[in-house]
Amino acid sequence: MTAVETLLEVKHLKKYYPIHGGVFGRKIGEVKAVDDVSFTVRKGETLGIVGESGCGKSTTGRSILRLEEPTAGSIRFADEELTNLSGENMRRMRREIQMVFQDPFASLNPRRTAGAAIIEPLEVHGLGNRQERRDKMKELLSVVGLDSYHGERYPHQFSGGQRQRIGIARALAVQPKLIVADEPVSALDVSIQSQVLNLMEDLQDQFNLTYVFIAHDLSVVRHISDRVGVMYLGGMVELADRDELYDHPLHPYTQALLSAVPVPDPTANRERIILSGDVPSPADPPQGCTFHTRCPHVMDVCREVRPSFNNYGGNHFAACHLLEK
Amino acid sequence: MSANTTMPTPTPSPVPKKNEPKIEGTSRLHEGWRSFLKSKSAVIGAGIVLVILLIAIIGPMLLTFGYNEVDANSRLAAPSAEHWFGTDDLGRDVFARVINGARISLWVGFFAVSGSIVVGSLLGLLAGYYGRWLDVLISRIFDILLAFPGILLAIAIVAMLGPSLKNAMYAIAIINVPTFGRLMRSRVLAVKQEDFVLAAKAIGMKDRRILFTHILPNSWTPIMVQGTLNFAIAVIEAAGLGFLGLGAQPPEPEWGKMLSDCRQYIQSAPWTMIFPGLAIMFTVLGFNLLGDGLRDILDPRMKQ
Repeated sequence: MTAVETLLEVKHLKKYYPIHGGVFGRKIGEVKAVDDVSFTVRKGETLGIVGESGCGKSTTGRSILRLEEPTAGSIRFADEELTNLSGENMRRMRREIQMVFQDPFASLNPRRTAGAAIIEPLEVHGLGNRQERRDKMKELLSVVGLDSYHGERYPHQFSGGQRQRIGIARALAVQPKLIVADEPVSALDVSIQSQVLNLMEDLQDQFNLTYVFIAHDLSVVRHISDRVGVMYLGGMVELADRDELYDHPLHPYTQALLSAVPVPDPTANRERIILSGDVPSPADPPQGCTFHTRCPHVMDVCREVRPSFNNYGGNHFAACHLLEK
Repeated sequence: MSANTTMPTPTPSPVPKKNEPKIEGTSRLHEGWRSFLKSKSAVIGAGIVLVILLIAIIGPMLLTFGYNEVDANSRLAAPSAEHWFGTDDLGRDVFARVINGARISLWVGFFAVSGSIVVGSLLGLLAGYYGRWLDVLISRIFDILLAFPGILLAIAIVAMLGPSLKNAMYAIAIINVPTFGRLMRSRVLAVKQEDFVLAAKAIGMKDRRILFTHILPNSWTPIMVQGTLNFAIAVIEAAGLGFLGLGAQPPEPEWGKMLSDCRQYIQSAPWTMIFPGLAIMFTVLGFNLLGDGLRDILDPRMKQ
């Protein structure tokens, strides 16, 4: 990717969910789902975000569209600050940013046809007349590899992969600049995954799209991303170009994560880093570096000071005290 | 996933198309009809309801006696070829009154239930979707209404508005609002968590439109089932208010009113009470069976 223009800039994004308890439902704590995450997305690239369940990657994705209202931080999209937009302006802005959801079964209304689902965004934003919208719907169906008669069908008559194609067609309908794909292939069979991924890549070239691609599958992310960010317990621990990250991971968590990827060569001699313990609760994250409870290289400073997210050359960002020495 | 660090070789991008351009949009309806026929209680209930409906619509036109026609020579006469169900204390034909009563009961049931469905669903929709203080406010109103025994509240409302069939209908509608409201609220709370609602928000849809195109169509099934069951309750409540003299006023042939008018003759002329009583019973039975059957078909999760 040669384009260097920044399309999306997320700075110090935080999303805390209050925990209510007691007789009067007072706030007794917060779940820090996303805690101080910053990254940028360049125009035309795919930024992969990986992390295990509950690390806040989906919340980050939803916060970009303000489907979850961020607690703090700034989200700039094409030089516009999204967090300040009024409800109505944000609604209009959603024409530019669309989302593809994880579960292709839950993300389509079971009582509306596939065609209606694709036409809906056009209606909402008042694009075209009835006939033009229908034509556009048929065109979109063929773009995502379905036939126009599929528009008459209901979601339960499609397979998972076909439904995800409908979800993608719906996202494409308003010609967005940015698509946030929240685990778009993790609910699909492996054989279907590659089809959908290839479709997304083709569409990216065709429509000059920018993706934020959220997944927990390292090989999927490696396949589709230009740059990859790794999240752990609500924070971003490492962010770098894809090959740089996979070949030279800096953060101990990324190293452990990558060492868990199976290698299809039984004779390969490799070292696996097995982490001990569980992910701490985001309601009560550890002091200092959130990873210190499980880090094999933990130092005293890790338990007290939170490491900052620094550039260690060639736009390779990481948050670790080991590197700060 | 048993994958390499790179993706497996990409297969050609276009999806393999299955050659089945047959449109199966009606299959759901078809399926529903088949399981309807399989459910005994639904078929029997629907049969009874249909018969009562027919009686209410065309019955009065076929009668030889008017419901208010007095035959002074045969008061409290036993059932005969002329007066099938006998006559009451004023010499009115009980058969004619029972048949005409069907109209009143179905009328009251229909308007009371539709009224409570419309108001209750709307309140439940707002409470469930917007939440916060609106939810607290609406839910507390439901709680207050539910704190009174239904019929007592209905009596209080009619006492305020004045006894008449119309006011009885309002009272029955009001006391049934929380049933539908709470049902709708719980459905909305579940449906609004679905990804397709989030997806609708993500494409930039307005709240009102999300409510009516996505949430309502996915929430109404239990409402329809409850509506059918509540129809039976409304018929009983209307009869109850009629019995207490708070519903239909004389000379309207309302079943509950007929029971109370003739209760002193229960030993000497039992037909004056048996037939209106049976009419109430069959109507309630029909709607209950139909409601139970519909519940099994439309919403298997509600089955216990």
